[in-house]
Amino acid sequence: MSTILNAFAEAGALLASFDADFLAIVGLSLRVSLTAVLIACLIGFPLGAAVALFRFPGRGAVTLMLNTFMGLPPVVVGLLVFLILSRSGPLGVLGLLFTPTAMIIAQAILVTPIIAALTRQIVEDLWREYSDHLRSLDARPLDTLGTLIYDARFSLSTAVLAGFGRAIAEVGAVMIVGGNIDHATRVMTTAIALETSKGNLATALGLGIVLLVLALAVTASVQVINAIGARKAAIA
Amino acid sequence: MSAPQTILPLEVRQLVFEANSTRLLHDINLSLTAGQRTVILGPNGAGKSLLLRLCHGLLRPTSGDINWRGTGTRDRAIRHQAMVFQRPVMLRRTAHANITHTLKIRGVARTERRERADAALALAGLSGLADLPARLMSGGEQQRLALARAWVTEPEVLFLDEPTASLDPAATRAVETLIEGFHAAGTKIIMATHDLGQARRLADEVVFLNKGRLVEFSNAERFFEGPETEDGRAFITGDLLW
Repeated sequence: MSTILNAFAEAGALLASFDADFLAIVGLSLRVSLTAVLIACLIGFPLGAAVALFRFPGRGAVTLMLNTFMGLPPVVVGLLVFLILSRSGPLGVLGLLFTPTAMIIAQAILVTPIIAALTRQIVEDLWREYSDHLRSLDARPLDTLGTLIYDARFSLSTAVLAGFGRAIAEVGAVMIVGGNIDHATRVMTTAIALETSKGNLATALGLGIVLLVLALAVTASVQVINAIGARKAAIA
Repeated sequence: MSAPQTILPLEVRQLVFEANSTRLLHDINLSLTAGQRTVILGPNGAGKSLLLRLCHGLLRPTSGDINWRGTGTRDRAIRHQAMVFQRPVMLRRTAHANITHTLKIRGVARTERRERADAALALAGLSGLADLPARLMSGGEQQRLALARAWVTEPEVLFLDEPTASLDPAATRAVETLIEGFHAAGTKIIMATHDLGQARRLADEVVFLNKGRLVEFSNAERFFEGPETEDGRAFITGDLLW
């Protein structure tokens, strides 16, 4: 019980201290995860919408794959990215292993299927409603895709949040490809794992609480933006 | 208003449509020319909507031909047509943006869109609601917006699928006035309805369908004065058909 109480004290102290090391860790966590989510959106939105919209051979298999990859184990993705980026790997020459870029790549791979799979479902539902009108207009495929993604934007923000939740919370992938190097690739989750293994349970838990607060802040700001926008566009 | 008449007449030859191996339209033969307001009349389930959707190109026939003049395929013809549905599809945008979206899809330059959308909204009596989200508008306003959206495409043919089926009399009148506006501007009207009063008000010619068959196709006056078939008589005297 005292550990938990200490943890809250630690969390408060961490937040109040504005300790440079601590802020760097928080900053890197946000930078890596937000960038990964952005990349995943750029790929996942059009990919999911295209699967929803177009009939092609193997469409069922693609959907099954996207849905399955929503549950990709982070350590496995980390390992694969590690192999690809390691010195002897196909992209070893880039020298990206143990850099934030490697962490972004790994997290983008984890998040893209989540965003694509949820986008497929959301866009497919909207397409059912819009198809008569858009087909009557003889809209080109790209215009149709754009219309559906734009008009589904508020529902899609939930997909983005799901992706962000996945990225900010995972430890397996960033640990393997980032290496948890102090002042270089240490993020919140790897720091928590480290403190836990060192036996600093209160510090670890304190970091955990800060992580939760961060996730809450990001989610809340998306929800507020959403609520304002949704009222304007009356998506109900 | 539209470009020189290019796609009429519409020739429908031995049109058959089946779904789940049930035949829903049987051997429809029809020739529709410019100028006449065509009303497709019949009870629910007669195949009115199906016929409209097939002609517009939203559905593919099981067999038979739908030919627009000068075009072998639906693909070029559909760009000269517009369709308004019973339940209008409203994009999750403002009334104004619903129209500019259509203009954008049709390749109208950005600078022109605003002005043309404003004009169409004014025509539909919706200027005051331009910035209202379309989905917050009433049923009648939504249908007028759908017509304004069709108007900006300057269609040669306008398909209407029971456009007033869920509207009150005042809203119905507003919609019918707009339809008359299309007619006056030279757009061919092809409208499905089961509302006899509306058919009497708007039709120049009547296509009477029952159970997926074309029962009568004649001048509106002749149809309402004395239908040639038993089914036609039963329908206009208000007997239930099934």
